[in-house]
Amino acid sequence: MAQLNLLHAINSALDIAMAENERTVCFGEDVGHFGGVFRATSGLQEKYGKARCFNTPLVEQGIIGFANGLAAQGSVAIAEIQFADYIFPAFDQIVNEAAKFRYRTGNEFNVGKLTIRTPYGGGIAGGLYHSQSPEAYFAHTPGLKVVIPRNPYQAKGLLLASIRDDNPVIFFEPKRLYRASVGEVPEEDYQLPLGKAEVVQTGTDITLLAWGAQMEIIEKAAQMASNDGISCEVIDLRTILPWDIETISRSVMKTGRLLISQEAPLTAGFASEIAATIQNECFLHLESPIARVCGLDTPYPLALEKEYVSDHLKVYEAIKKTVNF
Amino acid sequence: MSTELYNDGPVVHQPTFIDGHSVEIPELRILQQDGTTYPNADLPDIDQTLAIKIYHTFAFHRVFDERMVASQRQGRLSFYMTALGEEAASVGGAAGLQPQDMIMMQYREQGALMFRGFSLKNFMNQLFSNADDLGKGRQMPIHYGSKELNCMTVSSTLATQIPQATGYAYGQKLQGLDAVTICYFGEGAASEGDFHAGLNMAAVQEVPVIFFCRNNGYAISTPADEQFRGNGIASRGVGYGIKTIRIDGNDILAVLKATQIARAYAVKEHKPVLIEAMSYRLGAHSTSDDPSGYRTKEEEAKWQANDPILRMKNWLVKQNWWDEAQETALFEKLREEILAAVKVAEVIDKPHIDTMITDVYDVPSAQLQAQLDEVKAHINKYPEAYPFTAGKF
Repeated sequence: MAQLNLLHAINSALDIAMAENERTVCFGEDVGHFGGVFRATSGLQEKYGKARCFNTPLVEQGIIGFANGLAAQGSVAIAEIQFADYIFPAFDQIVNEAAKFRYRTGNEFNVGKLTIRTPYGGGIAGGLYHSQSPEAYFAHTPGLKVVIPRNPYQAKGLLLASIRDDNPVIFFEPKRLYRASVGEVPEEDYQLPLGKAEVVQTGTDITLLAWGAQMEIIEKAAQMASNDGISCEVIDLRTILPWDIETISRSVMKTGRLLISQEAPLTAGFASEIAATIQNECFLHLESPIARVCGLDTPYPLALEKEYVSDHLKVYEAIKKTVNF
Repeated sequence: MSTELYNDGPVVHQPTFIDGHSVEIPELRILQQDGTTYPNADLPDIDQTLAIKIYHTFAFHRVFDERMVASQRQGRLSFYMTALGEEAASVGGAAGLQPQDMIMMQYREQGALMFRGFSLKNFMNQLFSNADDLGKGRQMPIHYGSKELNCMTVSSTLATQIPQATGYAYGQKLQGLDAVTICYFGEGAASEGDFHAGLNMAAVQEVPVIFFCRNNGYAISTPADEQFRGNGIASRGVGYGIKTIRIDGNDILAVLKATQIARAYAVKEHKPVLIEAMSYRLGAHSTSDDPSGYRTKEEEAKWQANDPILRMKNWLVKQNWWDEAQETALFEKLREEILAAVKVAEVIDKPHIDTMITDVYDVPSAQLQAQLDEVKAHINKYPEAYPFTAGKF
């Protein structure tokens, strides 16, 4: 098995998707010959031709509008938005169009063959506009699937599943891990299930839940807590919408405690939705309030990034506070 | 390499501005109001069969709009939009295409659907949001669509169909199909960002799409001179590097001619075309609108004299393809059929409660199923409050 970084894993998934279906098309700003600003689409134009992997003009609403039409026509549309911070000009084409296409046409038409890839998240000294985690905006939109991988193995398997899923999927890629995260990735084709969380470490005292780049933070905090004799169950949500209530509930019924950590700001983040649902599902099993360790309710700062982020120390403190409630 | 795209003018040494209105745009007119064609006019490909099919569609359109507004006034229908005075744009556009071509409508192009053969029953089921509606009763009246007829379902979101048409046509090109996409929109929608996105991408990606602008003078109450200052919408096509034509939108022969040529060009060259059809929205924006608040009767009367349907009838009569007896019989028959169809559609049940959660995803999620089950339990508890669905699941 090859050691790949997260970018190479994404590139491998795209390569497989393009090889298996000549109607698969990859496009976005700078994704053509240049291979994308992060090089996720590197080599695809050379291999599959300019008609199937190409640059678009600099217009996000156009990229997703185009992608919606292409997917409705029956092609497999894989659109890249260069940074998740710049997805908002395409908000209408995503929430009013892609998400509602099947419903509003009575299934006469659909854009199930649409996948939107976009790098998200902070920790790279990117300031306000190269750091955001906007998953909660999209999680509020029925009709979309929202998927976030935590490492190269997950990235390849979840991206292939997203491309083949018959619903529009937004696939957020943790750009901090693009090159930093390296792991074993099979060269062959494989898929990981959408809508299923994964228990990455079993434990008995508290459930820690996160997704994407935040997973390595909570795993580090879990390690620190274990040195204090606290047994953490660590879960990767993987799919934000529709999310795996069952796996989280089962874990919380066992541990009696839940901590959710996200990069995005606290208020109305997806952690809030999880907390509300789990207190409803597991009320009589809870031994402490559900904790949320999140970004502050500010724009993403630059110079004070380190203080802003929900790092492993903040998570560690919240674990102790929750366990000792 | 990119500079080859520029058609550079001479180098000058004094500041030389180009006037914002310096692009002069000719307007194609073939048929005059009295039914005679202009001397030396290039006629479209049209025989008696096609001409009569178009005129039948016109007649159906006129009567349908009239009866549906009446139904709305009687309180039988919640909402309706006519295309009074603009029928030539939608019907003529569809008539200039092939059945495999995709039609993306804005919302005032029911004529295109009528030409394609969307049945009276399908129209009615959509308007009355009943269980037999292809759209499953989810969208307001007039949001028709049909996969079988290659007519994309209408959505209320304005101009979103423009970049989508570009993407759809790109897929057609990628497959090597003998097919184009036509995309309708109004001059008001052309102010949306999606217009710019769709046209620019179509030009750059070289896709076989026909952008068809119905410039009808008004976006609800806002007149065109408060919408833009350039030379109509056509001048923008020039800016995007797109082959562009302006036509008399009330002239069925001009619409047909322009669309036929545009289709041939789009298929052969894999490039977009922009058609700007000059017309006038003779009716209200919708049944919720009253134009007397923003325009004069005199202005309307001027355009009533340009009625595209009467213009075509005059031409047909001159060809000896139509007469008054046929006219009277056709309109009478259509009135009866449409009235009868209203009576059938309005008593068909509302869609089943289960359709509330289908088609959100390909398969309803566990959460959605749980939410529906909760609603059903609630309906069973208070059946009198939910008469359309109580006792029906």
